[in-house]
Amino acid sequence: MIEEKEINKFTEKSPSGGFRGLLTTENLSIGYSKKGKVDVVQSELNLQLRAGELVCLIGPNGSGKSTLLRTLTGLQKPLLGKTLIDGKEISRLKQSEKALLIALVLTERVDIENATVYNLVSLGRHPHSNWWGNITEEEDAFIHEAIKLVHMDHKMHQNINELSDGERQRAMIAKALAQDTPIIMLDEPTAHLDLPNRVEIMLLLHRLAHKTGKAILLSTHELDLALQAADRIWLMSADKKVECGVPEDLVFNGSFNRAFESKSYFFNAANGNFSMNYPMTKKVWVSGDKTRMYWTLRALARAGYMVVYDAEVQILVTEDGWTLNEKIISTVEELLLEIDCLFHNSDTNR
Amino acid sequence: MKSRTFLLFVILSFLTVGFFLADLAWGSIHISLHEILSVFFGRESDGINSEILLNFRLPKAITAVLAGASLSVAGLMMQTLFRNSLADPYILGVSSGASLGVALVMMAASVLPVAFVSSGWALIVAAIIGASVVLVLVVGVSFKVHNAVSLLIVGLMFGTIAGSIVSVLQNFSNPDAIKLFVMWTFGSLSAVTWSYMHVLLPVVLIGIGMAFSLQKRLDGLLLGENYARGLGISIQQTRFLIVIATGLLAGGVTAFTGPIAFVGVAIPHIARGLFRTSSHKTLLPATVLCGASLILICDIISQIPTYTLPINTISALFGAPIIIWIILKKK
Repeated sequence: MIEEKEINKFTEKSPSGGFRGLLTTENLSIGYSKKGKVDVVQSELNLQLRAGELVCLIGPNGSGKSTLLRTLTGLQKPLLGKTLIDGKEISRLKQSEKALLIALVLTERVDIENATVYNLVSLGRHPHSNWWGNITEEEDAFIHEAIKLVHMDHKMHQNINELSDGERQRAMIAKALAQDTPIIMLDEPTAHLDLPNRVEIMLLLHRLAHKTGKAILLSTHELDLALQAADRIWLMSADKKVECGVPEDLVFNGSFNRAFESKSYFFNAANGNFSMNYPMTKKVWVSGDKTRMYWTLRALARAGYMVVYDAEVQILVTEDGWTLNEKIISTVEELLLEIDCLFHNSDTNR
Repeated sequence: MKSRTFLLFVILSFLTVGFFLADLAWGSIHISLHEILSVFFGRESDGINSEILLNFRLPKAITAVLAGASLSVAGLMMQTLFRNSLADPYILGVSSGASLGVALVMMAASVLPVAFVSSGWALIVAAIIGASVVLVLVVGVSFKVHNAVSLLIVGLMFGTIAGSIVSVLQNFSNPDAIKLFVMWTFGSLSAVTWSYMHVLLPVVLIGIGMAFSLQKRLDGLLLGENYARGLGISIQQTRFLIVIATGLLAGGVTAFTGPIAFVGVAIPHIARGLFRTSSHKTLLPATVLCGASLILICDIISQIPTYTLPINTISALFGAPIIIWIILKKK
């Protein structure tokens, strides 16, 4: 009940109606120009960020994720083209006008002596509060709601230096929420976090985008998490291209493989992960139980076995182990040892 | 929490007033509180006592309050601007810059029009320019050097350079000017007569007024410059205003009292510790009161021996241990 109400407060103010483009770029070229030398990182970008969507920006290092974020937020000037928010060109806006449109969560660590979560989040109200910066009842309500949305109510008056990294990140997200902008941009919000916290933050952002109608754009290295949580992915590759789409479409059309092309690994469309390209020379055939199959295949691939239909060595995966030449094996370690023996024997026999 | 802050402000205000009166009473001639009050309320008791009180001790006590408040507020702003808990006008060479300005005026006094020099405006203008120039240089370096301790070393180097230039100037000056300058460097609150007060007071009030008007932006700066930009704060403009305000406060006070060490670094820490907040809305008035009290105490202590001690030495006795404590706490 309370949550519904608090969400309304945020949605009422956001200028979105349905899924229209909130931020668009027109023939945007990003990069650096120093002393007449122009270094184009990406060019001809026509991107669209829509209200109520979580967009993940992914791509290999050096493809220009940070440069794009910096350009979209107006921290850096574009080489060519423009970024429009609600029809207004971002590079022409004043700092204070930008602060009403985009809220930021950056990678730099915030260390403030004596500041509580509440104090930190209240700084997000800076663009809205009066000249003296007093916290009125309305401001206070916004701050409380932002903290509630990231589930930090119980730590509201705790010193930020006593928070864990995950809690600290949630507090920073609350600060961005309190800023009450239609767009939130986050630069690698899951860096430095452990897996449970990474999942937590991604889920939180996904939920926030859908419930508050904000457009949330984040850059990340977490490919599998991005594939699961993102409504849309902006996939950047080093050859000056950004492909946009629903994650699954990008999987089907092979964009991921192209973006992350390498000899030592490939994008495994079966599980949305990167798999290493092991040198596989020896052939085995595996059949049987589905859940154990995945892990069996992984172990075999690492040890250099290619799975081929009806190969000479046949492994049957059972519910609690494996059967190889009618011998029952209970651990992967034993299994690998056993197969190794088989191949070794056949080599010496010849 | 709010009532605690209020209570602290009440206590600090009473302490400041108490120390102010004690500073008036204390000295080579003891003047009782009763006499002080009767002089202030126009019921003059004794000609000599009222002369000492009104023309010597009162301007000195007011100067102590102004110096303490100015240096502390300047220190607080610098600590926020550099996001460095060890920043202060003295350590980062701003006071040395002011000294250089003062040295230039004192030793070049023979060429400048007498009226300009003796009115105090020459000193204060030179000191403010000197302070601001060093501050601009330190801000410039802070873009390249992010390490807190490295920045302090750079500040020390600027201070050393300014000191060396002063030495070179001394070599070419006449002995009278040198003596005047050396006396100035010892630091003294009694140098400010009423006519100088006409110069010092408005400069300090403008500086403190600027600091208070910047309090909301200073809070935003605590997040770091990129976050502050994201909140709509114009960094260039804010940095410029902080440099001007700090130059007015540190330069203005240093011009008359000589360099007073470590007050700027110590007081903001004491204020943060007492009020347990990071909000400049609370910290600014808190540093004003704490700073005024501390310099008043220093001045009272300096009166205890037969020969008055330089204020600089006593403030260093307070401040230097606090810096060591901050560094140890950070480890």
